[in-house]
Amino acid sequence: MQLDSKSPTGPIEKRWEDHRFHLKLVNPANKRKYTILVVGSGLAGGSAAATLAELGYNVKCFCFQDSPRRAHSIAAQGGINAAKNYHNDGDSVYRLFYDTVKGGDFRSREANVYRLAAISLNIIDQCVAQGVPFAREYSGYLDNRSFGGAQVSRTFYARGQTGQQLLLGAYQALERQIGAGHVEMFPRTEMLDLVVVDGKARGIVTRNLITGRIETHIGDAVVLGTGGYGNVFYLSTNAKGCNTTAIWRAHKRGALFANPCFTQIHPTCIPVSGDYQSKLTLMSESLRNDGRVWVPLKKGDKRTPSQIPEAERDYFLERKYPAFGNLVPRDVASRNAKQVCDEGRGVGETGLAVYLDFRDAIQRLGKNVIKERYGNLFDMYQRITGEDPYQEPMRIYPAIHYTMGGLWVDYNLMSNIPGLYVIGEANFSDHGANRLGASALMQGLADGYFVLPNTIGDYLASNKFEKVETSHAAVREAESNVVQITRRLLEAKGTRSVDSFHRELGKIVWEYCGMARNEAGLKHALSLIPPLREQFWREVKVLGGGEELNQSLERAGRVADFLELAELMCLDALQRNESCGGHFREEYQTPEGEAARDDAHYSYVAAWEYRGPGQPPVLQKEPLAFEYVHPAQRSYK
Amino acid sequence: MKIILHIWRQKNAADKGRMVRYEAPNVSEHMSFLEMLDVLNEDLLVKGEEPVAFDHDCREGICGMCGCMVNGVAHGPRPETTLCQLHMRHFKDGDELYLEPWRAKAFPVVKDLVVDRGAFDRIIAAGGFVSVSTGSAPDGNAVLVPKDNAERSMDAAACIGCGACVAMCPNASASLFVSAKIAHLGLLPQGQPEREQRVVAMVAQANKEVFGSCTNVGECEAVCPKGIKLENIAFMNRDYLRANLAGRAGVEAD
Repeated sequence: MQLDSKSPTGPIEKRWEDHRFHLKLVNPANKRKYTILVVGSGLAGGSAAATLAELGYNVKCFCFQDSPRRAHSIAAQGGINAAKNYHNDGDSVYRLFYDTVKGGDFRSREANVYRLAAISLNIIDQCVAQGVPFAREYSGYLDNRSFGGAQVSRTFYARGQTGQQLLLGAYQALERQIGAGHVEMFPRTEMLDLVVVDGKARGIVTRNLITGRIETHIGDAVVLGTGGYGNVFYLSTNAKGCNTTAIWRAHKRGALFANPCFTQIHPTCIPVSGDYQSKLTLMSESLRNDGRVWVPLKKGDKRTPSQIPEAERDYFLERKYPAFGNLVPRDVASRNAKQVCDEGRGVGETGLAVYLDFRDAIQRLGKNVIKERYGNLFDMYQRITGEDPYQEPMRIYPAIHYTMGGLWVDYNLMSNIPGLYVIGEANFSDHGANRLGASALMQGLADGYFVLPNTIGDYLASNKFEKVETSHAAVREAESNVVQITRRLLEAKGTRSVDSFHRELGKIVWEYCGMARNEAGLKHALSLIPPLREQFWREVKVLGGGEELNQSLERAGRVADFLELAELMCLDALQRNESCGGHFREEYQTPEGEAARDDAHYSYVAAWEYRGPGQPPVLQKEPLAFEYVHPAQRSYK
Repeated sequence: MKIILHIWRQKNAADKGRMVRYEAPNVSEHMSFLEMLDVLNEDLLVKGEEPVAFDHDCREGICGMCGCMVNGVAHGPRPETTLCQLHMRHFKDGDELYLEPWRAKAFPVVKDLVVDRGAFDRIIAAGGFVSVSTGSAPDGNAVLVPKDNAERSMDAAACIGCGACVAMCPNASASLFVSAKIAHLGLLPQGQPEREQRVVAMVAQANKEVFGSCTNVGECEAVCPKGIKLENIAFMNRDYLRANLAGRAGVEAD
């Protein structure tokens, strides 16, 4: 299989404009003749569905929650990047592009990243016009904050609820189109298979989560904005419902899965407290602007933080990375936290935590300023832990947060299956091996508002679409596949709950394919996952029926897919004999313990092809070329 | 600690439903309320009883998906706390808790503690937006927003659409929810051109969904997990009156 990224050439600042000019257009009067199925209603899916409908397309939008407003984008706290240079601090589109390519550890496509940086300007404008209440200066101008991995202030924010406000903007735009009859919304509906007819994505099979009804929806193109797969780790900062099912089942229909081992650990989460723990809560990375990260110098120091004098504290990020200090990128911050805990200097009951201390910032700026900046985060911390972070430093530990990998897409955001588009976190495109803070919101909205609505027209205008009947063999086959999976889960009649399998899988993946990986561990994980998967299908216990609201059944289907994906993640991590970004292979590090990339051998996108059950997947490589930002070892010292 | 739970079990919309007593014998103070229900559900599964259905997703108090009545109070006893953020350290050994779904005609029960809040989406679809299509926006700093307005707008925009306000209101009024959106957009310059149509259309839709009227009881504000203030309702009423007096945008008398 030849992977064509359709990445344009020429001067980088002209590529998107030139490319757009050469895309075919759909006549305004013809747009309503096309039906586009958008799966997912977060920043990517919601903004795409709204914008496509504004353009005149017929849109059907699907989400598993009870309302499109609940998509997990809503939980993003810190902010959204845009190269506005409102602060005259040397920012530019080129610098955002440069920072993102470098932050991604040189494993992303230059053309995609440049486009993302350029579009960042339009996103802010669009969101302001929608009524997103961004933070303002007293003058009425937009305020900014700085964020990890950057030395300029380019992050726009709405208190600690930026994701919520941006999502509500997209949701309101979507509801406007629903009200106008241009979008038909299907809440509490989960996509369970992709319908491919004559090599083109032409529909999806869904399950109505209230009635259990299996239905097929036919369209001219399918857009997946279904988010990331971080819940493969069981404990993650993702919402409980986040899953890989839509993209995994599309993968099993032929879509390539790219860089599955590129997963991101977020350095500032509330540590685990017990076995019943159902999820981890993230504290925005923006806290690192004013909070200082430290552990005691001595091992096993059990004194309370206030009893530990200044000279006996190790502000390890400031010590090791004087230029960036507490604002080093996420992977660097996370690995260093793990390292000091492995040394026995971790704090709290479990020893798996480091302090994030606001004492100095409160002294310097006053409690009110800190409260204004992070009030809701402090409240949340106090609610969960019962401790007051204005008095005592927070305890934090890294947790899985975002997945850079996802379905492979070309420059037009189309997968290798014609007519199947993948946007937002669900694709692999823009973040390389590591995503910078405040860039996920940017990418989701760039894809949904500005990229996809332009590129999808080219595909629609260039192809003829025969009417597909629901009696078509491909539709019947996909439907019966879904029915069979449901039946097998309900008929297993085993003894173990879905969650117990999910937990066990999560522990394997976290241990061997988490913050640090090595060959022996990955091989061990690969020997554990297939037997666990077999056991799952034999021993899982799902009560209730298929024709009703059945939350255990929903989870069982998702966990079945995680059990397959986990294996691919480990395979991918095993083949990549280098360290880069979120993928840290212990065998490949510099003498200082930093990630050692191997550009000569691994400067490619690893795109995996599914070859059927029990068959090993086949690796396709898309080579990466860097004409503008020349690969160098990342240094934040 | 041990907690006694009485939980509303209702198989589907057609079922009559009833309270069922359960015991949660080993509850840790560090658990969240939903984690306690997770553990209960695991126990029920082992016994071959169907787990309790409840809505939840982010478990960090922002998605608005979770919520039920705990001893008659929406989201339970802690101020400005969603059910998923409520921790068991606020309860004591032997406590007896009654869990029921949101009760309102406009929120029909789907199953157990799960209700249908589609009415909220339809209210937003009726007018809770700024009609700006993608691509037509001027520079973000072209229109200045006084900081105070931005802050007050953000206070209202923090609503998570969970429905606790409706569930707690003796009239099952959606006024706090509707007014929060009206104030969020009405306090910003971007929201001005459609301000009058918006309030009229949204209020009309809320009436159509058979939410009750506001009689200034204030229970909604007391249980709102995001601290949305009653003053938003005053803001909405002023806008509604102004739009009616001006006779704009096809205002219907009701």
